[in-house]
Amino acid sequence: MIISLMILLFFLVVSLFLGIKAKRGKDMDLEQWSVGGRGFGTIFVFLLMAGEIYTTFTFLGGSGWAYGKGGPALYILVYGTLAYVLSYWLLPPVWKYAKKHKLLSQPDFFVKKYDSPALGILVSFVGVTALIPYLVLQLKGLGIIVSEASYGAIPPAAAVWTGLIAITLYVMISGIHGSAWTAVLKDILILGVVVFLGIYLPIHHFGGIQPMFEAVQQAKPDFLILPKSGMSTSWFISTVILTVFGYYMWPHTFASVYTANNPKVFRKNAVFMPLYSIVLVLVLFIGFAAIVKVPGLQGTDADLSLFRLSIQTFDPWMIGLIGAAGLLTALVPGSMMLMASATLFAKNVFKVIVPSASEKQVASTAKYLVPVIALIAVFFTFNGGNTIAALLLMGYSLVTQLFPALLLSLGKTPIVTKQGAFAGILAGVAVVAITTIAGSSLGQLFPALPQAVKDLNIGIVALIINLIVLFGVSALTKNQSAGTEFKEKKAL
Amino acid sequence: MKSLYMLALLPFIGLLGGLSFANRVEPYVLGMPFLIFWIILWVVLTSLIMGTIYFFDPVNKEESE
Repeated sequence: MIISLMILLFFLVVSLFLGIKAKRGKDMDLEQWSVGGRGFGTIFVFLLMAGEIYTTFTFLGGSGWAYGKGGPALYILVYGTLAYVLSYWLLPPVWKYAKKHKLLSQPDFFVKKYDSPALGILVSFVGVTALIPYLVLQLKGLGIIVSEASYGAIPPAAAVWTGLIAITLYVMISGIHGSAWTAVLKDILILGVVVFLGIYLPIHHFGGIQPMFEAVQQAKPDFLILPKSGMSTSWFISTVILTVFGYYMWPHTFASVYTANNPKVFRKNAVFMPLYSIVLVLVLFIGFAAIVKVPGLQGTDADLSLFRLSIQTFDPWMIGLIGAAGLLTALVPGSMMLMASATLFAKNVFKVIVPSASEKQVASTAKYLVPVIALIAVFFTFNGGNTIAALLLMGYSLVTQLFPALLLSLGKTPIVTKQGAFAGILAGVAVVAITTIAGSSLGQLFPALPQAVKDLNIGIVALIINLIVLFGVSALTKNQSAGTEFKEKKAL
Repeated sequence: MKSLYMLALLPFIGLLGGLSFANRVEPYVLGMPFLIFWIILWVVLTSLIMGTIYFFDPVNKEESE
């Protein structure tokens, strides 16, 4: 047990050292702090983007979903792949526009494209509302991982505080440079651990991969495929499509696009990212192995299947390594979320309220907002209860509502008006909030529909309403916007 | 150029058209249920398609120069 604690502590100290050392020789203005001076090459951008593949959600939730849901868990392999296909055409124009106009946050893009600070504030609030629960999830995951890996010696609360102090320190000092360097350590460790566990556990416990699946099939017939209703093929495809649209809409992922030093980086990543995400199938293998070997985990306890099976199988030093990998899957994405939240608040809320604020004041506001946001996240980690689960469920659907307005703005001038973009996002967000809080599904709302339609993800409804409002309001305000443009041209 | 980019539609078409067919446990391929094998194959083929687009896309050569 002592050895696993020492390994955990060692990796925490190394990541803190790497995170702080990343500042060396750099003048940390806001551009350097938040987007790395737009100087990152293929590998750093790859690792920052891949940070989204290996978070605590995939580390614990991936195996947990395989354990609790079976076949439907395979959607985590599919949505990333399609998001990378989309990124080949989506990210280069975003990057070029951001570089040309020196943009630093996701709302900056909407503000500049639509010439609307109000739209920037709306995008900021949608982003933070989605991001805080995601950060809380990382912290809760961190607490579970460290507590399990230390055999209960470190309570989850102590783990959360320690981890959060570490990332707050290196985010304030090194910004995204700290996240990039710790991402290198994280991905080396997580790849090693996941590949080893995903191959070793089925062989050790069942004698091979096929015997493991045959044992699962015997214990739970047809658990390894998609059911005929509920999480059926139409649920699978609609959920994948929604998640693909939302993939790059998270404020921290969107901002990491700005860090690249040229647009070719994204096209290159679009080729290799799908192969990199294949490793996730081994996370699912761990969950499948646990179905037979650690039966009876109910509800959210399914997320513990990876650790419960590992503790049953390995010595403490190995548990320490697995815990360290899990610890880093919380720290790296957590640090990016902290930074993105702080940057967009400073740049798109504080700067709008105090227009006279200098760049230096905005930069120091962003840095000092980091511990404030960290404390808010800690509060919700310990007091959020089920509210956080509901908000997180909404998270992906919320950020997906930003996608239509972004996509329709990628030409030289946006196809829709700023009023349309504002109203569309607002309508989509309202539908997401109502359906999530009410726990509605399409089947409940329209019981007479065919099963395949009833199984569609309810988020599709929000997206359709978003689009209808977006185009409707744009048609009504087209002349108003044209008038504004004419006045601006005349003034020039 | 346009036809090269059209290749990117193949993963979407493959997923929409093939998922119902692939949704079965047997036959096991490489020790995996057919659905899992099919999804891994789909990911690999998608990566190959994107590699082909990247290799032949003139925009990448222009940016190198």
